[in-house]
Amino acid sequence: MVVPLPYILGLSVALFALGAIGVLIRRNILIILMCLEMMLNAVNLAFIGFADYFKAVDGQMFVFFVLTVAAAEVAVGLALVVAIFRQRATVYVDDLNILKW
Amino acid sequence: MELIFIGLAAVALISGILVVFQTHPLRSALWLIVNFFAVAGIYLMLHAEFIAAIQIIVYAGAIMVLFLFVIMLLNLRHPEEPTPRPYAAQKVAGFALSVAMAFFIAFGLAHVNLGPAAPAAPGLGNTESIAKLLFTDYLLPFEVTSVLLLVSIVGAVVLSKSKLK
Repeated sequence: MVVPLPYILGLSVALFALGAIGVLIRRNILIILMCLEMMLNAVNLAFIGFADYFKAVDGQMFVFFVLTVAAAEVAVGLALVVAIFRQRATVYVDDLNILKW
Repeated sequence: MELIFIGLAAVALISGILVVFQTHPLRSALWLIVNFFAVAGIYLMLHAEFIAAIQIIVYAGAIMVLFLFVIMLLNLRHPEEPTPRPYAAQKVAGFALSVAMAFFIAFGLAHVNLGPAAPAAPGLGNTESIAKLLFTDYLLPFEVTSVLLLVSIVGAVVLSKSKLK
């Protein structure tokens, strides 16, 4: 065991919390999307840590699929950001309040 | 060996903090690329060479490049406006709740009984064992992700049309 599992999980929790702080604090939609990617990255790290602990490659399979889903999500999310920017000329979530009653 | 992990973890944490607290999204994207490289280095230490290479190629090399394209396309003049007064309490609440969530997750993880670690088994290399699983047990998710990627491509193309006819 090169790296003990608690260290990997601790780093994963720290990165996940950092991503969550970024999603909650920032107002720029691009930075929110980037912090979302950081949260997915933290979950990938936990998967790889467990895959190494149990010597089962299934954890790495899950990382494969999480990576693919993250790529698809970023493509659609950024297309949405570009469409919103064309319409409203803003990237701040405070200005996106058309659905507010 | 532990020193390498501590160095990589420190780089990952510091670049993660810098991603969250930069003004311009361009700088956040560059620090996120550093974060992905550091985590890929940790993957290499965890005997996940294939996933480390895929992380650098796909995450840092494709997804972040897409982010950089969009950031430069939007060409924002004033990256971040000063926060209006009512949102200061929201930010403090967000910070506190995220830290509390991290403590809950860490507490739950510390009290789980995992059982002994599996012994190291010699055999196939990393890419071969992933391929062996991917095309037998995980064949259906593999095909479904190809449909998912097709859907996302179609969605991105439709959303980027300037005028919907």
